[in-house]
Amino acid sequence: MVLVYIDQYNQQIKKTAFEAANYGSQLAAKLGTEAVGLVLGSSNNDLASLGKYGLKKVYKVSNDALNQLDTQVYTTVIAAAADSLGADIIVLSGNVNGKAIAPRLSARLHAGLVTGAISLPDTSQGFVVKKAVFSGKAFANINIETAKKIITVSPNAFSHQPGEGSAEVADLQVNVPTAKVKVLSSQVASGQVPLSDAEIVVSGGRGLKGPENWGMIEDLAKLLGAATACSRPVADAHWRPHGEHVGQTGGAIAPNLYFAVGISGAIQHLAGVNRSKTIVVINKDPEAPFFKAADYGIVGDAFEVMPKIIEAVKKLKQ
Amino acid sequence: MKILVCISKTPDTTAKIAFTDNNRKFAADGVQWILNPYDEWYALVRAIELKEKDPATVIHLATVGLADAEPIIRKALALGGDEAIRINIDSTDTFVIASQLAAVAKEGGYDLIFTGKETIDFNGATVGGMLAELLDIPFISLATKFELNGSTATVTREIEGGEETDEVNLPLLVSCQKGVAEQRIPNMKGIMGARTKPLKVVEPVSVTALTSIVSFELPPAKAGVKLVSADQPEELVRLLHEEAKLI
Ligand SMILES: Cc1cc2nc3c(=O)[nH]c(=O)nc-3n(C[C@H](O)[C@H](O)[C@H](O)COP(=O)(O)OP(=O)(O)OC[C@H]3O[C@@H](n4cnc5c(N)ncnc54)[C@H](O)[C@@H]3O)c2cc1C
Ligand SMILES: Nc1ncnc2c1ncn2[C@@H]1O[C@H](COP(=O)(O)O)[C@@H](O)[C@H]1O
Repeated sequence: MVLVYIDQYNQQIKKTAFEAANYGSQLAAKLGTEAVGLVLGSSNNDLASLGKYGLKKVYKVSNDALNQLDTQVYTTVIAAAADSLGADIIVLSGNVNGKAIAPRLSARLHAGLVTGAISLPDTSQGFVVKKAVFSGKAFANINIETAKKIITVSPNAFSHQPGEGSAEVADLQVNVPTAKVKVLSSQVASGQVPLSDAEIVVSGGRGLKGPENWGMIEDLAKLLGAATACSRPVADAHWRPHGEHVGQTGGAIAPNLYFAVGISGAIQHLAGVNRSKTIVVINKDPEAPFFKAADYGIVGDAFEVMPKIIEAVKKLKQ
Repeated sequence: MKILVCISKTPDTTAKIAFTDNNRKFAADGVQWILNPYDEWYALVRAIELKEKDPATVIHLATVGLADAEPIIRKALALGGDEAIRINIDSTDTFVIASQLAAVAKEGGYDLIFTGKETIDFNGATVGGMLAELLDIPFISLATKFELNGSTATVTREIEGGEETDEVNLPLLVSCQKGVAEQRIPNMKGIMGARTKPLKVVEPVSVTALTSIVSFELPPAKAGVKLVSADQPEELVRLLHEEAKLI
């Protein structure tokens, strides 16, 4: 059986959890078994609707102590659930929470782990999972050697679109140990698309000259329902918050569409964005290295080009 | 206060990525190795800052790797580690690596263990969590801030689209990323001193790998950029809408 951990924030199911559910149920179908979901803590979602992502059954451990992440507590609870349900494969989102939980769970269950899977395992010879390595500059095919297996699914690599179906929802009784980690506070920027979730990202570099010129980046992002990002020097100069910095030392993202405006395309920047499905580059220097990695481009001054693009998108959206 | 910083070597960020041995092995010939940036800039520097505040602090470094890791260990000692331990085995399985580190950590009895967010070659982000589990201590991943008050840590970690601040007592393992500290450059005194600091080599404990690398692949080459004239940016929007169907 495949057990899919359904990640939540503030009692709301995350987009990456829908991707994990789709991944888990397609994997189960491939192996001729069943996929079930596991929800920890309270939830504001209609859990039966997780059936739309192929889950036959959704188990919930309703204990308010689980509304906050403590990796030791989560590991104990997920391991106990997997054990009592007889699940031998556990699928999690490869997001921040998945990165915190999956390695612990792997060591606890002695289950081989591949993080950031980008496709379903190849089971023709062993159980081989593909993931990006060397900051997106290559892929590795990794075999999981153990009977129990854990996979985290790279964000935005798999569809989060619902199909048809309804899942049976059941309570699962599991002992919840006392948390050692106390959450003091948490903030999420409201009204913005989180960078890791975004299908479209509009990003600016030093070519934009200063923080006062970010209006055009934000306007285009808003029109497209996109998140905003930036290059490292931009974050280092405090023109933009650190959370927006992508690249080798910042976030790694894989949106469907990445707009790079006034960014040169240094190898360390590309390391964070080269898994984007389509890259659009706007740069006034035809020799900018980013054009080599781009699918579409305009050689021109961002201050002239961007307002016209914004106008054209506005027209399109009308 | 005893701190263990787990450091690893990784190809320089600009290294050419190629494979040998039927695409089973990274072509390491001529590659420049560096200290993994997350381990160096954030994990190690934060440990050094804690020592600067409380000189009674001792910083140990641990690397799982062969003798070719010694230059990066010396660099970390030059930055400010007190002693280093190298566990003499090369592995691509993070459970094997974490198990080696766990053996060293149990021996050393550390109050605090820092790792980097991930190694930039295999991008696993797994060693820290596994090590915490093997030691049965709390784990905060992807920290962007770390403060210590006696034996209580206040750690800010990344969550999707925001931040969370946690409080937890030592012993503790934290994986560090940008924000925790600022990059430093070793000074002459540090470089000279690093030569005589202890670097102990220990033999590995026996552990079976949970995973193995079957092969590597390079991404397919891009078709090449389609350029649109700067006089007609609306053409770009049309292409993205009609051809790429992305907006
Ligand atoms: C170990 C290491 C790690 C690093 N990690 C990262 C990382 O994670 N992320 C990252 O981004 N960088 C990283 N860097 C830095 C990286 O090497 C580059 O220096 C950085 O990405 C450059 O940022 P930029 O393109 O915004 O600025 P610049 O290199 O200054 O480029 C600005 C670009 O804007 C163009 N431009 C100027 N004016 C206009 C205009 N009016 N209209 C259109 N275009 C214009 C220019 O032609 C130029 O191409 C790292 C470096 C090192 C050594
Ligand atoms: N071979 C190693 N020796 C010591 N520490 C390591 C090693 N590999 C990984 N680490 C530590 O674990 C962190 C996460 O690595 P990874 O799980 O491989 O992405 C790194 O940033 C290091 O701090």
